[in-house]
Amino acid sequence: MSQQFRICPDTGLKLYQPAETMIKVHAVAAVVCLLVGGIYGLLVGLTRWPAVHLLPADWFYLALTGHGLNVLIFWCIFFEIALLYFASSVLLGCRLAVPRFAWVGFALMVIGVLMNNYIVMSGEASVMMTSYAPMEAHPLFYLSLILFAVGALVGCFVFFGTLVIAKEEKTYEGSVPLVTFGAITAAIIAVFTIISGAIILIPTLLWSLGFLAEIDALMYRLIWWAFGHSSQQINVAAHITVWYAIASIVFGAKPMSEKVSRMAFFMYILFLQLASVHHLLVDPGVSSEFKMFNTSYAMYLAVMASMVHGLTVPGSIESAQRAKGFNSGLFEWLRRAPWGNPTFSGMFISLVGFGFLGGISGVTMGVEQINILVHNTLYVPGHFHATVVIGTTLAFMALTYWLVPVIFRRELIWKRLASWQPYLFGLGMAGVSVFLMGAGTLGVPRRHWDITFSTTGGIVHEFPAAANTLLALSGLSVLLAVLGGAIFCLIIVGSLLFGRKLGVDEKSSTFIIASPPSDADYEGIGKGGIAVPGTLVMAIVFFVAFAVYYFINWKYLAQTWGIS
Amino acid sequence: MTSLSPPKDRIWWNEPIERSELIWITIVFLWGLVMTFMMPFWHVVGNQNLSTETYRTTPERFMQKTQAFVDEYTVRNEGPRQYPVVKPPPGGDVYMVARLWDFWPIIELTKGETYRFHLSSLDWQHGFSLQPANINIQVLPKYEHVVSFTPNKSGEYSVICNEYCGIGHHLMIGKIIVVE
Repeated sequence: MSQQFRICPDTGLKLYQPAETMIKVHAVAAVVCLLVGGIYGLLVGLTRWPAVHLLPADWFYLALTGHGLNVLIFWCIFFEIALLYFASSVLLGCRLAVPRFAWVGFALMVIGVLMNNYIVMSGEASVMMTSYAPMEAHPLFYLSLILFAVGALVGCFVFFGTLVIAKEEKTYEGSVPLVTFGAITAAIIAVFTIISGAIILIPTLLWSLGFLAEIDALMYRLIWWAFGHSSQQINVAAHITVWYAIASIVFGAKPMSEKVSRMAFFMYILFLQLASVHHLLVDPGVSSEFKMFNTSYAMYLAVMASMVHGLTVPGSIESAQRAKGFNSGLFEWLRRAPWGNPTFSGMFISLVGFGFLGGISGVTMGVEQINILVHNTLYVPGHFHATVVIGTTLAFMALTYWLVPVIFRRELIWKRLASWQPYLFGLGMAGVSVFLMGAGTLGVPRRHWDITFSTTGGIVHEFPAAANTLLALSGLSVLLAVLGGAIFCLIIVGSLLFGRKLGVDEKSSTFIIASPPSDADYEGIGKGGIAVPGTLVMAIVFFVAFAVYYFINWKYLAQTWGIS
Repeated sequence: MTSLSPPKDRIWWNEPIERSELIWITIVFLWGLVMTFMMPFWHVVGNQNLSTETYRTTPERFMQKTQAFVDEYTVRNEGPRQYPVVKPPPGGDVYMVARLWDFWPIIELTKGETYRFHLSSLDWQHGFSLQPANINIQVLPKYEHVVSFTPNKSGEYSVICNEYCGIGHHLMIGKIIVVE
């Protein structure tokens, strides 16, 4: 074994030093972007709160642009590249392919982030993350995104190269682990995403420089969303991968069946990208057939995959817990879970929030006709704060707590505070999500500085009084969520700087990894031939909530003006 | 054998499926079919289906058509901006421009009648958000979108821009009045 490998004293994983370095730098960059984006988020939240209305209009639009880019794009993608290196080099116990390229990719991403933040802060690119042409930003804005995307693409290819090395050098037997399979899914979607981004951002850059006369607004939206929506699908594939990983880490859980979980990942690759058309449901020039095909056939098969993961992840936890003896009743397995371990609690809140809040709302508003009710209202950010923040961000936070001792070799500081953090952040963000969705159903527009219309010279619209209450509650929830986010950043940065260093062969003093139950332990668990009755009951509760909410929205739609 | 290590069987495809997984996959698949059915079904029985009738246009041409419409049907001027209030005949065409930063002109409709709205932007992307009816439509430059509306309640409605369109986005508001 080469000098550059070490064996993790806790997990027995074989770790390659250059891969560890790459995981560390990407994770740190991710947390920095989360911090910057979170500060912007606080400012946005305090401005939306009618009684506070903190920022002037130009600063509000600037902050909203910076918020979206730093958290939705930079934090997520940096963390995902770290995850790709973990799922390849670490889990397969092999070298990282061309670490030099990995550095090049990282450098491009960092340059992109710095350039982007500079140009947004200068006020010359307050165009929102979506930068809808023909509204124009400074050319550096588009260039910075292209550089970031190319850097991420290099990272994806280093990941693919690492898989080839592992196969060639036979560092594992048979198929890759499920977590690696999920990471491959994310990486394949990432390649599609980045190519779509290049197809739209390169001409837009040329247009902003004056080399192209025009960018068609509809063409921009169609291709931009193949990039913008798919990038959220990287997040979904990645955070579900993290769920599986955490179920195995905390409980020693094995997939209920490899076939179902892997097919569900595979369906993401087949169907997710097409679903991005749901952003164009109320656009001119797009036929109903095209909208329906892409949002029903295509999207529902991807939704089906998510709902399958929604069963198999808690199901794998339930069967592992039952195998360990927590086999009585429907929910003993869940009651006896380690709720004080932020790696577990973060993951579980992520799962529930993503499904109940993000999933149901997302599918419902993705219906061709129901979208008329909510398009571009605050309902939309309400929805994606449940998917990307409770879903993706909280899952990534949960895994980060585990990476600190395992990869960074530092003891976590302030463990008690850490055990509270997922609850604070999850509850705050659930509030943000629900209250924004509520305001959205009352018609409050998104990305809007002043819904009291105090500066229009007397032309006003009065939203129902409840809208103000909901926005105030959302503001309070923002404070809670930001507190949770700040505690996370503080604990992680504090641990990396001041946490006790772990010796090469020293085991961490906190719980790191559970040993998997044996096959014999799994015999006869569950009730009446069903191994995971508790999970099945939760899934059916979810289904009923989903169906009820879905049809309530049809009823609501039927009450508005006739539209044809 | 966990999700962090290779599966026990070399060929994961041959592993058995757990019964609860089968139950759930069946439910989820059928639910997907129900949802797939609902959209075309609503096109047949529902009254809220957005038209996709769209024409290519230019800001100049669309402004000309709107001006002609305003010249023909204006009944009075109203509001702080003294905008023309235009009352088209029932069943007729209605033109409304979205531009930085207002919707123009003010439209007066009769409840229960159907009108063909022509929407387009003179500059950037905008959002036509009719409140409190809660009807939200994307408005793009150079595309003329023709949508039929049948108001079912009288009153004063606002048209709010809900697509970010620069520093004056929050100033962008228009009116539609529905009379009995």
